[in-house]
Amino acid sequence: MNREYYGKLIFELSRPGRRAYSLPDNGCPDVVSQLPDVLMRDAAPVLPEVDEPAIVRHYNNMSTNNFGVDTGFYPLGSCTMKYNPKINEEMAALPSMAALHPFQPDSTVQGALEAYYNLQQALSEIGGMSEFTLNPFAGAHGELTGLMVIRAYHRSRGDEKRTKVIVPDSAHGTNPASAAVAGLKVVEVKSLPDGTVDVDALRPLLDDTVAAVMMTNPNTVGIFEHRIPEIAAMVHEAGALMYYDGANLNPMLGVARPGDMGFDVMHINLHKTFSTPHGGGGPGSGPVGVREGLEQFLPNPRVTRNPDGTFSLTHTDTALGSVSATLGNFAVQLRALSYILSLGSEGLMEAGPLATLNANYVKESLRDVYALPVDRVCKHEFVFDGLADKSHGVTTLNVAKRLLDHGYHAPTIYFPLLFHESLMIEPTETESRDTLDEFIAVMRDIAREASENPEVVKTAPHNTPVRRPDDTNAALNPVVTYFDLEK
Amino acid sequence: MHRYFPHTKADIDAMLQRCGVSAIDDLYSDVPQELRLKRDYALSRQLSEKEVRDYFHRLGDKNRRLVCFAGAGFYNHYSPSVVSSVISRSEFLTAYTPYQPEISQGTLQYIFEYQSMMATLTGMEVSNASLYDGTTATAEAMLMAVAASRKRTRVLVSSTLSPHVRRVVATYASYHGVTVDEVAQTDGVTDIDDLRAKLEQGDVAGVIVASPNYYGILEDYSGWAELCHSHKALLIIHCVASDLGLIRTPGEWGADIAVGDGQSLGMPLSYGGPYLGFICTTKALMRKLPGRIVGATEDADGRRVFVLTLQAREQHIRRDKATSNICSNQGLMALYATVYMSVMGAAGLREVCERGCNGAHYLADALTATGKMRLKYPHRPYLNEFLMECDVDVDDLIARCVAQGILPGVKTAPGRLLIAVTEMCSREEMDTLVSIVKSM
Repeated sequence: MNREYYGKLIFELSRPGRRAYSLPDNGCPDVVSQLPDVLMRDAAPVLPEVDEPAIVRHYNNMSTNNFGVDTGFYPLGSCTMKYNPKINEEMAALPSMAALHPFQPDSTVQGALEAYYNLQQALSEIGGMSEFTLNPFAGAHGELTGLMVIRAYHRSRGDEKRTKVIVPDSAHGTNPASAAVAGLKVVEVKSLPDGTVDVDALRPLLDDTVAAVMMTNPNTVGIFEHRIPEIAAMVHEAGALMYYDGANLNPMLGVARPGDMGFDVMHINLHKTFSTPHGGGGPGSGPVGVREGLEQFLPNPRVTRNPDGTFSLTHTDTALGSVSATLGNFAVQLRALSYILSLGSEGLMEAGPLATLNANYVKESLRDVYALPVDRVCKHEFVFDGLADKSHGVTTLNVAKRLLDHGYHAPTIYFPLLFHESLMIEPTETESRDTLDEFIAVMRDIAREASENPEVVKTAPHNTPVRRPDDTNAALNPVVTYFDLEK
Repeated sequence: MHRYFPHTKADIDAMLQRCGVSAIDDLYSDVPQELRLKRDYALSRQLSEKEVRDYFHRLGDKNRRLVCFAGAGFYNHYSPSVVSSVISRSEFLTAYTPYQPEISQGTLQYIFEYQSMMATLTGMEVSNASLYDGTTATAEAMLMAVAASRKRTRVLVSSTLSPHVRRVVATYASYHGVTVDEVAQTDGVTDIDDLRAKLEQGDVAGVIVASPNYYGILEDYSGWAELCHSHKALLIIHCVASDLGLIRTPGEWGADIAVGDGQSLGMPLSYGGPYLGFICTTKALMRKLPGRIVGATEDADGRRVFVLTLQAREQHIRRDKATSNICSNQGLMALYATVYMSVMGAAGLREVCERGCNGAHYLADALTATGKMRLKYPHRPYLNEFLMECDVDVDDLIARCVAQGILPGVKTAPGRLLIAVTEMCSREEMDTLVSIVKSM
């Protein structure tokens, strides 16, 4: 990463008369002037006028102020920032896939439908589910879709009174937010000091108004919910369904399947577990799987395999409705399929255990200098509650910012909400022991610095492209376009 | 170990030792035995890169690449080489959401540029950092109108809005407890008398209309914003991003929210995604927007820098009280749109619209001249897409065209073919389509 700040905006490079585009001319006579004036825009949009070399330099320079997985270690907890293999990019961009219109006749997109079908089959095997829809565009969209499946199921039984969803207090923020969008009321269940769900607190909450219990396993503290069979039995006994938030699926690869744990509906983040690049926030993909008996509620359209081996797009009346016009982020799905093929059964069986090994290795190497609130074997990630020695007033935020000086992305901070100084580290299986050792050494240096020279840590970062932006001012006086800046 | 995993046997042994266990499996001692997967996945063995490549080429060979006259919301526009070059920069591609602004200025800056460009393109004051796609963005706009109204639970949707969008809006509404009423159409455009009558029934939080509508028609919304506002309802206009290079903007119509799909900004069709959804609004409604927003501020050294802002709206802070459950944006596709608009500029975008418009009218005239089909709504103005009423069997026509490498449009109903023309369609290709129709 370039530590010199670039900072220009493309608008500032604009000079009247410059251009970068070329278009073919179909030679058809002009009819635009005959369109009614009232339907035409009055003034042209204020877009930059720039030449091609200037555009390329502008964005390349801008990119050098960005940190990605290809730049360095990215131990952002709950985000599974594993390496994104390059062949996946090429396969997603093949013209024989990328040029297809979403409303082409089925007979002309048999390869695309087969790719979709094969990926949904692979995910069903990995999740222990009966069928997946790949249509949801992201993890949160998958949660919403999964909750709609659950509501459609209850509605189909004429059970309209199930309007609540139970969510642990350690859950990702999207869980309660998705429940609210799906029209469900959120009831929070407390966690025990070890971060797992308090089964005794859950029991009295389960009645005939509960539609589902949403859990992630391992949970956001990185701990496996070992009482999950008992929880699933209780929830099913109460007539509710079990929803698996797949954000933390990675360490379970090769070890245990959500379907076998008793979950009825789940989503998978292809951009986490299946290595599709995060793209600075998207595009992601959040396929939703269901156990046998719930397939008919999956959203339209679905892909089905015909007896003659061909594939069709189908729509049914029993579906929950539609959450997309198309089959979702198809090019992201192709990347995930490429990854699954590259790993194969053997590679997938290795991935989860190595992710868990990496996380435990980092945890055990730092536990004497950072506070470990839950002292148990973790899975793919774990949470420190800040520094062990807090007497110098150095916070988790300070530690995170100091890591940036050393060429690392920061861990997830102040989440989960169970601890005041949460610092959540997820190394993933694609990091080598050498990388982890260097990171551990830096984390130990920062801990030492925090007691010997705390001001350096408290005023970090010191050598990033920019330093400590004023967030408060940004929110109080929002400047959200170039045109606001000019004023 | 697999080639993506750097662990040697010596590494694993040393790491296990530090963890105080003798095997990796010991790190799973808390997973009950009855839950364990005691077999390999029933999936294929691992493939070499060459074999992966062969697999995808084999699948690709089962698809047909066709000259595209299909639209219905998704359009085959030219994508300049610069765009794919920039978006493949791995600093952009492999970054996460810009939570750490000090090392994410690249992402934050292009989102700021994106927001600026979408605001000027739609004629609105603010844009968010993008949503998933046009259908879900429209559903979010519906939820936004309901939330802004506080107590109202009814939304009116024009029946001329794409059925694909209406289906997603209806799905979100049915679970969220919102009533969606469709506004009737007359001769291909929204029936204003029906709209007025439905507004007068009260409780309407928002009205969703389209420009162009599903049939490609440009509807005249003069006075509609005033009508909606007089009933305290928001006006939401769904549009096709690239068309705004030429046609009247939601901002100029007085809309409160502009929403739609950004795919037409040169994004590959990719059989349905990824694209991006845009949502733009007024400053007054900015704090009701779903999703990420980037703002400018100063850093400790007084430099102009960019951060995620107005986060008090969002799920990671507000949880079930958030404006939306969305926790990301369509990042890389927002970069795609930004670089595309930088390359095209206002003049290029306008030319794209003009070429499509001229081509579409040329093709519509030539197809009408065959005597085998005619415009369904001959007196309505359209840009680059139009609906034909066909005497010939549409399925048969599509089959004959596909046999000659052409996708002639999208069948919307028996006897109806929706045809789109972009700058990608040459006159020769249009003439071939006409000759196929003529031969039937």
